[in-house]
Amino acid sequence: MNHFVLHDAHDTVAVVVVEGVKAGAELNGWIMDDNKHMNMTARSDIPIGHKIALKDMKTGDTVIKYGVDIGKVVAPIAAGEHAHVHNIKTKRW
Amino acid sequence: MSVISKNTTFMGYRRENGRVGVRNYVLILPVDDLSNAACEAVANNIKGTMAVPHPYGRLQFGADLDLHFRTLIGTGSNPNVAAVVVIGIEEGWTKRIVDGIAATGKPVTGFGIEGYGDHETIKRASKVAKEYSQWASEKQREACPINELWVSTKCGESDTTSGCGANPTVGNAFDKLHPLGNYLCFGETSEITGGESIVAARCANDKVRDQFMFMFNRYQDMINRWKTDDLSESQPTKGNIAGGLTTIEEKAMGNIQKIGKKCTVDGVIDKGEVPSHPGLWFMDSSSAAAEMVTLCAASGYVVHFFPTGQGNVIGNPILPVIKLCANPRTVRLMSEHMDVDCSALLQAEKTLDETGDMLLECMLRTANGRLTAAEALGHREFVLTRLFESA
Repeated sequence: MNHFVLHDAHDTVAVVVVEGVKAGAELNGWIMDDNKHMNMTARSDIPIGHKIALKDMKTGDTVIKYGVDIGKVVAPIAAGEHAHVHNIKTKRW
Repeated sequence: MSVISKNTTFMGYRRENGRVGVRNYVLILPVDDLSNAACEAVANNIKGTMAVPHPYGRLQFGADLDLHFRTLIGTGSNPNVAAVVVIGIEEGWTKRIVDGIAATGKPVTGFGIEGYGDHETIKRASKVAKEYSQWASEKQREACPINELWVSTKCGESDTTSGCGANPTVGNAFDKLHPLGNYLCFGETSEITGGESIVAARCANDKVRDQFMFMFNRYQDMINRWKTDDLSESQPTKGNIAGGLTTIEEKAMGNIQKIGKKCTVDGVIDKGEVPSHPGLWFMDSSSAAAEMVTLCAASGYVVHFFPTGQGNVIGNPILPVIKLCANPRTVRLMSEHMDVDCSALLQAEKTLDETGDMLLECMLRTANGRLTAAEALGHREFVLTRLFESA
C-alpha cells in the first residue's frame, strides 16, 4: 500500500494518501514520476492529504514539490514531521 | 487506444447557428435583480422552463456593465439552451440582451415590467414561455462528431490529492481531446500564481504568451492592491488548508495539472468571451467555483470537468458539471456528489490513462443525456462576476 506519494524524486515534501497515520508509523512512499518507491518513519500524526517532510529543513529553506519551489520554511522541520501552514509559507503576496 | 477517436459521436441538439448542445432548456432570464420574482413566477407557471435569478444588473457601468451583458447574452446563447424569455425592469436593456441572443437564431422574446406590473408581465411572458416549452420538447437529439463538444474545466475545494489524481485525470482527457480539434477551456487566473512560467511555456506562440502574461499580471496587480495577510484564507481557501494545501504555489502546481502534458495553450479570452477557433483557451477568471463555471457557460461551453479534493458540491443551471475526486475519504463521505472516482490512482491500482478514459466515458454519457450528480441533486449555482462598485 502507498501511504504517501510524491511527484518528483527531488521533492522535499510528500502527500499522505491514507487515513490514520500516527507518529512512529513506518510508511511506504511512491515517487509517481519515476514509478519508484521509498520509506519514511512518521514523526507526527498526519491527516490524509497533508504533507510529510522528507528531509530536515531549516528556516528560510525553499520547499520543493512537483520538482519546483512551492514556498519557504518559516519554522524548522525534521524529516517525518507534519509540514503545513505552521512551518511553511508562500513567497508570493 | 483511448475510448475516443475522431470517429466518436455523441447525441446532441443541433441549434440554428450550427452549434451543438447537450441539454434543451427553455430559460427565463432576468436582466436585473428586480425581475427575479416575475421570472420565477413564469418558470413556476410553465413546466419545462427554468428561471436563473441573480442579484445584479442595476447601475453598473463601463467594463463591469459590459461583462454583465456579455454573461447574460452568452448564457442565453449557449447551445444547451433552446429558447429564452428575457424579463427586465425596463425595455431598453432588456432589448439589448434579446438582440444579443437573437444573433444565434434561436427563439427569444423580451418583456419590460415598467408600465405593466408583475401580474401583466407574468401573464404575457407565460404565454410565450408555454409556446417555447412545447416547441423545445419536440427537438430531437442527433449524432454529432466528438469535436463539436466544447469542454471546460475548473477545480474547487482542492486538496493535495487534486494535484496527484483528479487534476492530472482531467489533463489526460484534455490531452486526448485536443488533437481531435475540440474547444477546451481553463482559467482561474490567481490560482496559476507560482506556475505562470509553466503555462507561459505551453503557449502556442508569442502572441498568446503575451496575452496570457497580460491577464496574469493584471490579476496580480488587483490582488496586490487589496490583499491582506495570506489573502484572508481565501487563496488557498480555508477548505484547501484543511485538506493539506499550504501555499498558493502548491495549489497552482496542482491546478495546472488540468492542462495535461501535451496540450498547447492556443488562445486567451477575457471573462465570458467566445473563443474563435478550436484548441485550449485560457480564460481570465476568478477562481471561485460558481463564478468561473458561470463564465464557462457564457463562453459557450456545454460540458464541464470539475475535479475536487475536499468535496465542492457546485453545479450550474445550464452547464452539466462532472465531478471527479481522488481523495478516498471524500469519495466515501460525499459519494452522492461524485461522478468519477479516481482514488485508485493514488494506490497505483489504475493508471492515468485509465482514469482519463473513465472521465471521457462519463463525458460521453453526460453529453448523451445522463444527468450528472450535481444535476440530479438540483445544484444550479448561477453567479455573475462583478468587477467594481455600482454607480
